[in-house]
Amino acid sequence: MTIVKKTIPNLYRDSVSLMQFTEKVKNLPGVLQASAVMATENNLNLLLEAGLLDESLPANPNHLLLVVESTDETAALSALSQAEKLLQQRPETKAVSEHDEMTPRSVWMALEVLPGANLALISTPGEYAAAEALKALRLGLNVMLFSDNVSMEDELTLKQYARDHDLLVMGPDCGTAVIRGIPLGFANVLRPGNIGVVAAAGTGLQQVTSLIDRRGMGISQGIGTGSHDLNRHIGGITMLQGIAALAADPETRVIVLVSKPPEPEVAQKVLKLAVASGKEVVVDFIGADPATIQRPGLYAARTLEEAAFVACQLAEGQPPAPPQDMLPPGLEEQALRTASQLAPRQRYIRGLFSGGTLCAESLLLLQDLIGPVYSNIPLQPQYRLPDVWWSREHTAIDMGDDLFTRGRPHPMIDFRLRNERILQEAADPETAVILLDIVLGYGSHPDPAGELLPAIHQAGQTARQAGREIIFVSSVCGTRGDPQNLERQETLLRESGVLLAESNAQATRLAAMIVKHAGGKL
Amino acid sequence: MISNLFQKPLQVINVGLSSFANSIQAAGGTALHLDWTPPAEGDRAAGMALAWLVNHPAVERANQTALERFFASSPVVTGVKPAREVIPGMKENLILHAGPPIPWERMCGPMQGAIIGAALLEGWASDPDSARRLAENGSLRFAPCHHYDAVGPMAGIISPSMPVWVVKNTAGGNTAYSNLNEGLGKVLRFGAYDRDVLRRLRWMADVLAPAIDRALQELGGLELKPFIAQALHMGDECHNRNAAASSLLFKRLAAPLVRSGLAPADISRVLEFMAANDHFFLNLSMAACKAMLDAAHGVVGSSLVTAMARNGVEFGIRVSGTGDAWFTAPAPVVNGLFFTGYTKEDAAPDLGDSAIAETAGIGGFAMAAAPAIVQFVGGTPQDALAYTREMFHITLGSHRSFTLPQLNFSGSPAGIDARRVVDTGIAPVINTGIAHRNAGVGQVGAGITRAPLTCFTGAILALSEQINVNQEKV
Repeated sequence: MTIVKKTIPNLYRDSVSLMQFTEKVKNLPGVLQASAVMATENNLNLLLEAGLLDESLPANPNHLLLVVESTDETAALSALSQAEKLLQQRPETKAVSEHDEMTPRSVWMALEVLPGANLALISTPGEYAAAEALKALRLGLNVMLFSDNVSMEDELTLKQYARDHDLLVMGPDCGTAVIRGIPLGFANVLRPGNIGVVAAAGTGLQQVTSLIDRRGMGISQGIGTGSHDLNRHIGGITMLQGIAALAADPETRVIVLVSKPPEPEVAQKVLKLAVASGKEVVVDFIGADPATIQRPGLYAARTLEEAAFVACQLAEGQPPAPPQDMLPPGLEEQALRTASQLAPRQRYIRGLFSGGTLCAESLLLLQDLIGPVYSNIPLQPQYRLPDVWWSREHTAIDMGDDLFTRGRPHPMIDFRLRNERILQEAADPETAVILLDIVLGYGSHPDPAGELLPAIHQAGQTARQAGREIIFVSSVCGTRGDPQNLERQETLLRESGVLLAESNAQATRLAAMIVKHAGGKL
Repeated sequence: MISNLFQKPLQVINVGLSSFANSIQAAGGTALHLDWTPPAEGDRAAGMALAWLVNHPAVERANQTALERFFASSPVVTGVKPAREVIPGMKENLILHAGPPIPWERMCGPMQGAIIGAALLEGWASDPDSARRLAENGSLRFAPCHHYDAVGPMAGIISPSMPVWVVKNTAGGNTAYSNLNEGLGKVLRFGAYDRDVLRRLRWMADVLAPAIDRALQELGGLELKPFIAQALHMGDECHNRNAAASSLLFKRLAAPLVRSGLAPADISRVLEFMAANDHFFLNLSMAACKAMLDAAHGVVGSSLVTAMARNGVEFGIRVSGTGDAWFTAPAPVVNGLFFTGYTKEDAAPDLGDSAIAETAGIGGFAMAAAPAIVQFVGGTPQDALAYTREMFHITLGSHRSFTLPQLNFSGSPAGIDARRVVDTGIAPVINTGIAHRNAGVGQVGAGITRAPLTCFTGAILALSEQINVNQEKV
């Protein structure tokens, strides 16, 4: 071990910069201990005590003393010379920026930067979501709560608080909303118009609004309520507020309500307020008996498509007269032709859905057209799939269900699981039709067709190798304004032989027609 | 208002998935994506309690009252007197210490050393071992300085005969106290108690304190806010750097001291002692901060933090609305620069009442004024500005009297709101000296540390209980 030292005369550095500098010297190769101090008597004594000086030196507070202890003399001398160079270096001067404000950490802090904020969009893990939402409400913000796994108790607290303070809580478990044309969560780009929608079902809202858009009409507001809003516990607080808000909104002429059938007393309250709104209201309580809905000023739709159709007619001041049980124009013949090519064992529809509401709608339509359908969200409990990973007979599954999304992104974003399932269904000799939904818009995958096509091709090959044809039926839920390019998506799917309907209802009817005519029974 | 949502341009604060903010922006909307982490360190109950306290009228009102009292306070140093004469309730066997309450056996090395020193100084014990026995057998009583309107740096030991600064808040009527700074090296506040230390303390009590007291009497007291304000414009932050303030104090005291009629040799030593200690003003700065903050203490419902203090084992805070309660967490080890021959292993965990400076909006909060300090963690002057700017996000306001030239003379961030600390996860920054973990070695470095967030979470839970007891949730 060697200690080397050097006195640099008349070089003053303050003690703090010297401490910093000492740290740098300590990090040089081979250095065991180092010190850089002004050579005051006190400092020299400290160094002597620390064993870093072997002799007393004359004190001079204007001289800088460098001491380096190292493994050998070469290393020590090299460190000393490097240290001296470091000492003479001028400090870096960075330009002072006026814009080094930190990114806000909380809603409260964000209001300092964005004082005009009027909505908090919350998609944190569920256990923190209620507190974030409550904070936002207390700060006067409306809330969209994308997060799920918020307790019913917390949901009620939030919604009551919001109602008492004239604020809106969309959610929890609200996937879709469109406010002033701005898509929130999973939502399509819609033209502005005079139809307002309140929906407890995310893809329900997307299907209705995108079909309205496709018919050339527009949307004033698309309000999501979250999936639990219309149960007895919550009592439809958000939907009631939504109806009242649209009733008061001069831009809105027609109101569309979408939900699974609410609890009867909640339905009563909702429909009563709808009648009182003074506007034309179209109601699709998916699967509910239209007779329980029908009231003056209300129109009960049986499908999302019908709701969109009627809303457009009403918005144009026409009497509601939707065409019944539409099939995709021009596709019937092609469908029947393909149906005739199916092998005798190919009898079943396999519906693989990314949208829960679209899956539910298909289950309802199929039940009427071809009988019961197995599912993970069955219409009757006896048709619950014993193992959701394997289809039986007619099956339609909601792949956005928690069972499938644990540890994985939603199937609208990540197609791997659905593609695997497509191949699995194609390998099943009983599969006749694979029915798919494809959802465009913000939030969804940037190129769903590109993701699906390889699986569709491979499925076709697998079937053909086994001497079968597999039929793909689908609909694209999207608009021309969506970032994915609707036209291109549809073209790619059609070119791959997918029978493409305009709506989920039409696609479902087409699929049913095919299996009805399967096996050359035409 | 819901109508607000339909009629005004949509401006979204996005919490969680950043892609949602991107979508909104791509569609032509305004979205601000947060750098969000679960508040209250992920404690769900505390997060919910916090949410109820946000924008709570009772809390907002209480904070306005507390902040107004804090700003209106006017600390004036009126004298230097033995603790037993001026500190209310100062008993003859009582020793005050830094930080939250702590029993003898759990105290850190420097604090035990300083207590031994105090027992020797008071003549209660003739040697360190018997002093230790007195501490162990309960003959001595210990209490936080903060429980007696006092503050002390590092071990913060105040025993009955020790002289203390008397600082009156002439606007609020309360008084705060602090001991006198002994200088660097082997000193009582770092747990040293050898003969030199005791001799110095005796001289301070016998000569220094009466001399300064006499000068202060002639001056009729000194207003302390102007000192701090001026020092902030001279590169001090009045916690870890007091060079300017100490010089200013020296200037004001010099002539009155000369006129005091004391023996010239004593005057000369007093002046030399003050001149040699760049931290001489620190204890006065602390007493001023304590006087200002005590004025704001005890406002029911207020989430204003009125004390942050450490005893070398625990870090504790007190909040205006929660009275005498302390909210504690283990004291962190300070990350900083160490004097030659010392490393982080030698450091005692954070120690001393001096974080009262940050509590009052100077020290680390006024780092922009003292860029030299930021070098302790290898920072730049820009970092110094950034520390101060960051603190604005957790404070209720900014000082009227203490301005920062580097921030265009805006007031220093003042009045820590425990709610905002828990909400943002931004912990108050503290500039501090580092004590050796063993008694009597002294200061081994200095650096920058942060108050533990857990203390603030505890305060929020307590405050929320109080608010819920007192009235309906609003």
